[in-house]
Amino acid sequence: MARRLTPWRWAVLGLAALYFLVPLAASVVFTVDVPGHGVSFDAYTQILSADGFTSSLLLSLELAVATIAVVLLLMVPAVVALRLGAPRLRPVVEVVCSLPLVVPPIAFVAGIVTVLKWGPEHLSRTPLFETFVVIQNENFPVVLVLAYVVMALPFVYRALDAGLRAIDVRTLVEAARSCGASWPQALVRAVLPNLRGALLNATFLTLALVLGEFTVSHLLGYQPFAVWIYNVGGSQAQMSVAVSVLSLLVTWALLLALAGAGGRTRTASSRG
Amino acid sequence: MTAALTRADVAPVASAKRRRRAPGWLAVVPLLVFTAIAFGLPAFAILDGAFTAKDQVTGATSYTGGNLTTSLQGPYLTALIGSVKLSAISAALGALLGLPLAQAVVSSRSRALREAVLTASGVLANFGGVPLAFAFVATLGNAGVLTVHLGLTDKGWDLYSFWGLVLVYLYFLIPLMVLTITPALDGLRVQWREAALNNGATGVQYWRHVALPVLAPSLLGGLVLLFGSAFAAYATAAAMVGSAVPLVTLQIADALSGNVLVGQENVALALSLDMVLVAGLVMAVYLPLQRRSARWLDA
Repeated sequence: MARRLTPWRWAVLGLAALYFLVPLAASVVFTVDVPGHGVSFDAYTQILSADGFTSSLLLSLELAVATIAVVLLLMVPAVVALRLGAPRLRPVVEVVCSLPLVVPPIAFVAGIVTVLKWGPEHLSRTPLFETFVVIQNENFPVVLVLAYVVMALPFVYRALDAGLRAIDVRTLVEAARSCGASWPQALVRAVLPNLRGALLNATFLTLALVLGEFTVSHLLGYQPFAVWIYNVGGSQAQMSVAVSVLSLLVTWALLLALAGAGGRTRTASSRG
Repeated sequence: MTAALTRADVAPVASAKRRRRAPGWLAVVPLLVFTAIAFGLPAFAILDGAFTAKDQVTGATSYTGGNLTTSLQGPYLTALIGSVKLSAISAALGALLGLPLAQAVVSSRSRALREAVLTASGVLANFGGVPLAFAFVATLGNAGVLTVHLGLTDKGWDLYSFWGLVLVYLYFLIPLMVLTITPALDGLRVQWREAALNNGATGVQYWRHVALPVLAPSLLGGLVLLFGSAFAAYATAAAMVGSAVPLVTLQIADALSGNVLVGQENVALALSLDMVLVAGLVMAVYLPLQRRSARWLDA
């Protein structure tokens, strides 16, 4: 049976490979093939010195680090508590973490723009107005971190929930507690090491989300990495494609690193 | 982990019991407070703004259903229908093409192939957005490599069109389908197939009467998920077609940045509410389906 299916399977895989690899290969050709000059790697060498490249990439990385820190600090204690002491809150958290899926990013940013306008319109004489100014700081827009944390909630919840399903949290914590560990100690030294795979997974998903995010930051008028690529695309087509190819490769490398780290985690936990 | 367990019997158990356990819900409170502010406020703003009209002269506001009516008329309605059509067609194609690909991967015994395809799907499903648009512009755009070398423009090819967008959307929808349907395909037991074949069924009959009915909830769920993903996509379309193809996401962006008319912000919010309703409908269909397929395949 399986032998009869083989040519069919190769045809499907071949067509898929063609469809998914041709745009990448063509993009590389597009960036190195300068009409009239032959092959040139200028598009790649110019990237580093390009206006705004470093600052936008740095901004994206800073936003990513802040988002990952906030989303993990909020989610990890909550999902662990759901397993231990508050199973009745489980449906509530599940719904809260799924709600962002119902509001597409473009609708979400429309709401954010409206809320940000309340500042100057209604609150200009209250201390809250200062908060509105601070979170919109050009150098580090906290409002983007808030938005990204909300957008990351569904993915992070699913990753952590899957990780927790695989371990017996109650036994772990009770064992740690009866050894005299405090609650924070039990969480940090007994539960978290067993969740390493899930935490890495959640971290990667959030990182990929923040680095590629365009809709919210573009419409709020900030210039992190994806918006920069978009702006460059208007004037320097080759360089924008070169950056696009590179950003895919970087994402790929990150995922492979994660898969490698995940594999090591499995062996480490089976040893311990 | 085992080390912690073996040490357990020497530790003073009584002291742990004496201390009152901190109430579990306390750890959930920060999450709920955060979402109430960061998600609740914008959500409330959408709902409130969608039903508010602001007088341009006096600045007085009043509640009205006018924005919603406007958002379902003229160019806005065209955009909404355009979005639904684009999402439906690309989701259907994505599901149709993703299923055989996932089946080819699952039925092959090569572990390396499986890992490679699933890892690649994970990347590509998230590779939407601006880089994807530019990769396709470089390939099939007006000055794209394939367009120029194969002379596609003379043959009537135009990437900046409805079908061009479908082609680009499939690039992240097919991997998404592969990711969604692979667990369900893994759940199909070899015994079911053997039982069907032993009873004289052909391969086609096995798929028609056994495999597809079991897969149906997962397939529908995947289809709905793909629809939602295509419906919400903005970056790809914005970077690629500008406003050549009417889409609701592009309309909202235009209205927000005041590109078309001043004072259209409330219509943008009404359009957002339309989108939330469609996306909510999608989730309302998807979640029960997912539960149903889980019941069959995990048992």
